[in-house]
This record gives sequence, C-alpha cells and structure tokens, in this order.
Amino acid sequence: MTGLRRAARKRPTGARMEARLALVLLLPSVVVVFGIVVYPMLRTLLISFFNVDTPFGGRFPFVGLDNYTSILTSPDFWATTRRTLYFTLVSTGLELVLGIGLALLLIAPLRGRWLLRALVVLPWALPTIVNGSLWRSIFDAQYGALNAVLTQLHVTETYHAWLGTPFMALNLVILADVWKNTSLVAFFLLAGLQTIPRDIYEQARVDGAGAVRSFFSITLPLLVPSISIVLVLRTIEAFKVFDIIYIMTRGGPASGTQTIAFYTYLQAFSDQRFGYGSALAYLIVVIILMLSALYLRLLRSNEMSAL
Amino acid sequence: MSHHDLSAPNPSIVALSRRRLLGLAGATGIGLTLSACGIGGGGTSSSGGDNTGTINALFMKQAGFSEADILAMTKAFQGVNPKIKVNPTFVAYEALHDKTVAAAPAGTYDVVLIDVIWPAEFGSKKIVSDVTSKYPDAWKGEMFGGALQTALYQDKYYGVPWILDTKYFYSNKDLMAKAGVEPASLASWDGVIAAARQMKSKGVVDYPLVWSWSQAEALMCDYTQLLGAFGGKFLSDDGSKAAFNSGGGVAALEFMQMTLKDKLSNPSSTQALEEDVRKVISQGQAAFALNWTYMFGMANDPKESQVVGKLAIGQTPSGPAGRPGVNGSMALAVSAGSKNQKAAWTYIEFLTSQDQQNKYAKDSLPVWKSSYTDPAVIETNPQTVAAASKQLDSMILRPTVPNYNAVSQKMQAEIQKCLLGSKTAQQALDDAAKAADDILAS
Repeated sequence: MTGLRRAARKRPTGARMEARLALVLLLPSVVVVFGIVVYPMLRTLLISFFNVDTPFGGRFPFVGLDNYTSILTSPDFWATTRRTLYFTLVSTGLELVLGIGLALLLIAPLRGRWLLRALVVLPWALPTIVNGSLWRSIFDAQYGALNAVLTQLHVTETYHAWLGTPFMALNLVILADVWKNTSLVAFFLLAGLQTIPRDIYEQARVDGAGAVRSFFSITLPLLVPSISIVLVLRTIEAFKVFDIIYIMTRGGPASGTQTIAFYTYLQAFSDQRFGYGSALAYLIVVIILMLSALYLRLLRSNEMSAL
Repeated sequence: MSHHDLSAPNPSIVALSRRRLLGLAGATGIGLTLSACGIGGGGTSSSGGDNTGTINALFMKQAGFSEADILAMTKAFQGVNPKIKVNPTFVAYEALHDKTVAAAPAGTYDVVLIDVIWPAEFGSKKIVSDVTSKYPDAWKGEMFGGALQTALYQDKYYGVPWILDTKYFYSNKDLMAKAGVEPASLASWDGVIAAARQMKSKGVVDYPLVWSWSQAEALMCDYTQLLGAFGGKFLSDDGSKAAFNSGGGVAALEFMQMTLKDKLSNPSSTQALEEDVRKVISQGQAAFALNWTYMFGMANDPKESQVVGKLAIGQTPSGPAGRPGVNGSMALAVSAGSKNQKAAWTYIEFLTSQDQQNKYAKDSLPVWKSSYTDPAVIETNPQTVAAASKQLDSMILRPTVPNYNAVSQKMQAEIQKCLLGSKTAQQALDDAAKAADDILAS
C-alpha cells in the first residue's frame, strides 16, 4: 500500500492505472467472497429470525429469537449435541493418537518408505461416500464381511447386527471416520516432524535421554503447532459430520447416530423448517468457535509450560 | 543453534497462527450455513410454455416401474412427441422428497414423482401445481379410489396417480412345505406367528420373518398395515391430535416387538429397507415378508433370486380388525416452478395412460380399474392381479397433514426405541404422540 502511494505521488496516471488493474484483479475474489460466503451467511442469519416454512421467497412472520429459544429448550437438540461432541472428541482423539504413531512410522528410515507413504494416503484419497458404503457393507448384519470373518474364525457362532444398536452404531461410524482421516492427520504431523532437525535428537542422546524422553521432551513440544492446526481442522470437520452418517446409518437406529449437522438437514429440508434450520446452523458455528478457542487456549498454555 | 531457541517458537508467530486458525474455524463452520431459501425473493410465476422444449423429470430408483421401464416409456413418448425432449433423473426413494424440496425454487424439475404422503405438504406449499382443472371427469370413475387419493388434498388434485401399490404378504412355499405349514393358516397374523414358531423349532430357517424396519418411511408403511389390522388409528377424528398411542396402535407395536424378542424376525430388520428385505427373501433366508409389488417380479428373475417360482403373493394377514393394506401409491406431478407446464402435462398424460401402464404391469399394476379384467394385463402377472383385486379394496392412508414428514420422523425414532428394547410400546408411542401433538399444533 505504502509503495503504491509513494508511486502515486511520482507518476499519478500510471498509478491510477495500476490501482484500476488491482481492482480488476481483486474483483473475482470479491465476487466469490461476497457472493458465496458473506451473502449466504447474512441471509441465513436473517432467515433464522423468521418462521420460514417453504423453500420459496415470500413474506414470513418475524419471530425474533424464538427459533433459538425453541432449539435451546429442545431435548432433541441437546441429545444430538452430546452425541456430536462424543463423535468429535473420540474420533479426533483417536485420529490424533494413531496419527502421531503413523507419522513416526512414516518418518522412520525404513526400506520401501515411499510405498508405505503411498499406501497410507489411500484411505484419505477415497471419497467419503465410498468409505461409508464400504464400511456399511462390512458391518452388514446379513452379508457383512465382518460377520463372515468372525464366524469362519469361530470367534462368534451367530451373526451380529453391528449397526443395530444406537451406541454401537455410533462407535462403528467413528471407526469408519478414524480409518479414513487418520491418514490426513499423519501427513500433517509428518510435515511437522520433518521440520525438527535431527541433531537435536543426537544432542539429547549424548545427554543420556532415551527414546521415550526424546519423544515427550523434543518431538511432542515441537509438534504442537502442527497438532493444533490438525486438531482444529479435524474438530471442525468432525463436528460437522454429515456424509458418512447419511451413507452408513441415515441417523438410525433410534436416532442413535443423528449428529447435529444431520439433524439440521432434516429440520431444514425434510421438515421444511428453514428458519429453525438456519438458527441451528448458526448455533453449530458458535459451538465450533468455542471448541476451537478452547483447544487453542489449552495448547497454548501447554506450549508455554514446555518452555 | 541452541536447544532452547528451537523448542521455543516465536510467541508472535503462535499468536498470529492462533488468530488465523480461529478465523479459519469460523469460516469453515459458517460454510455449513444454509442458503437456498430467500425472504422476499422472487415468487413462482411460471409460464405455461408451448408444449415443446426440454423437460426434466425426477423419478426414484427402487420399487414400482423399473428404471428400464421408465426409459422405454420415455423413448416411446419421444417417438410420438418429437418436439419435447425429456431428461429423466433417478434417485433413491429416501432422497426423493428432499431433492424435490431443494430443487423447487430453481424449478430444476418439470415433472416430479410424489408419494401418497406428500400432496398435503407439496400442495399447501405450492411446490407442485394444482392440476384439478386438467382432470377429465371420466378419470374419477375409471381409476381406483385408492389411486386417486394419492394426489388428492382438500379436494384438489396435485398430480396424476401412476404407481398403484400396497405392501402384499409374501410367503416361501418351499420353506412352508418343509415345515409342514398350510397356506390357509397365513390368513391371520396369529397364524403367521404360529407358522413362524413351527419353522424355527424345526430348524427350517433361523428367522422366518424379515421386515423393512430401519429408521425410515419404510418402517411407517409396515406399522400402518399392522395398526390397521389391530384396529388402531393414527389421528383423532378431527385430525388435530395423535391417536396411535392407544388400542390398536399400541397392540401393533407390541406385536412387532414380540417378533424380534422371540427371534422370529431377523434382527437385521431394524436396519433394513425394502431392498434389503427383497435380498433376504430372494436368498431363501426368510419365509415371510411384507413388500411392494415389484418384489414378486424380481423374486422370479433367476438373475436376482434363488427362490424363482417358490414365492406366493397374497393379501396381508388379518388382525383383530381386518386385513387392510398400506396405501403406498405414487403420482406424477408438474412442479410449480416448471417453465414448461404444458409439455410436462403432456408427458405425464402419456406415462399414466392405460396403454403404457398395461404394458409394464409386471412391475407395477395399473391405476385403471378396467385393466384388471384385461386378459393381457392378467397374463403378465396372474398371481399379483389376483392378490391385488382383493387387497386394493381396503387400503389405509397415513395422515394427510402438511407436516406429516416431521410427525413420521418422530414416530420412526420412537418406534425404533421400542423395537430395540429401550422403551415399552406404550411409552414409546406416548412420547411420539406428545411430539406429534406439538407438531400438529404448530
């Protein structure tokens, strides 16, 4: 900016042209940001204050904060939020722990490391819809591969309806999510690991630190920036989980896998309560912001204590 | 570089990244917010069009006419109407409602397939056009009453009946013979349960019954049949309050729960849709099931089935209050946002014509009464026509209220809680009734 202004004092016409060019170049991103981010955001906020019950435009009764209060007093909302928090914390936690392990394996100087890295990225490269179908067929009560394997190994005698009970189904959807997303976490952390100079470890070894001590005193503290990025990303993604639920269980059985995004979708598009759905969407944003802030605060204080 | 320097990241970098991360968090979270609907946005003025041009039609993938049937009908239509081009789209039944709603403001589809439970919602919200004025009077006498109800809401027609369907009772003759079960004993649900126990005790089949009881509309279809058979009612007579939580409504759910508890019903039933039921029946892994007409055709297709010629199709078993069928018919509607209403109507007229319906009667029986005495139709599917002529006389509707979908979702969840054993039938239905009353009052 200052460069531009200084240039403007020297050669006014050229600078004006340059500014115009800058505007033209900025225009596409302005259109994108306002058209598909800011405008829908404000529109959704507006709709959340009205009782909108059709997808068409028109005049709708203004209800103020009624949508928000009825959501916050609905037992369904709280049950769904608790379920989604469970999904988020367990899946993100597992992905992080397994991801660190996997990242350490991927950075280890093994023969055929390139092959290992290529294999590990595969689950993440699968579209979620494929991943969901895959796991749904594995867990199928009648024809599923899991039942076939377990009975052929004589671990169980009869077939189990794996996705048949609410809590079990929720955990198995988490498993499917972890299987897919651990690779992403591992690759993020691998990038973090690669920035840690090897000579620190050598120095630590000279000082008499073992592998465990090196991990907790060097690797983990230096990984905190990478961990915080991946943790926030995964938390947001997990909290918004929709597609894998839609494919694997459609929220069943007995609503046991109905997460907040799926619930919002049902309210808005199946029940045509667009005002209510919009309010729910805003509450999701608030919850996600709170979660992210909490994570970052915790990680930051950890970082300080590691100094 | 010293050890200390490296392990202590620059605080300003941390702060910056933290703020950016929060921004990122917000932006990504907001990405979830819903757009699609507008306040004070454009209305739905739609011109009639001039009976030419391109129309988009939305169909479902399963049950009723097959995708191949519909493509063949469409090809025939274009043969006689070369000026109209039709683009059919097929989605799963489970996605049909939401896709129709989401596409409505844009007028993406000119013709949409609507289920019997939607005219109240789609009609009152002007998602589909009122076509009452286009209905020839003769249709009202020539079509089955149960079919006409499919498109009717408050004396207006919102579509033309196309798929006249109900869930029939299927039984595997082979398995019954092995267990020594007489076909006549299947006239009542008591008889079916006795037969199932006999089959189980003789080890003929692990789980004699299989149902489509996943948390979906399919569950409601089975529950509706049983509710009717046990003498229950969905709503009070004035339609303002739930009534399924007393008498037959509770007895029906208790019956369902009992078949699971006694291991007469396949435990996978609570995750199954109609297609899953068809697969289990087609493998000979269950003896009895309720399902739509299409299962009979597919169960007799050697590529799809191991029970070719072994399956009987019949009227639903009776409970204490009779043997009604659930009305599972569907209609073709012109979407209100269509810019080509005339061409859409021409296409619907063609697909619903008696000629076309008779031709593909194997997968879905015609909505026209006289078809059932037409030898050509009877010949395509003699057993189904025989079962239909009895069953189609008594069909019951699910509640015709604009927010049926919300009521249904509540009921599905509560019924499943009972089926999975976390609530008694009475408790589950009481809870569902309470929620339904709130929805009906809103």
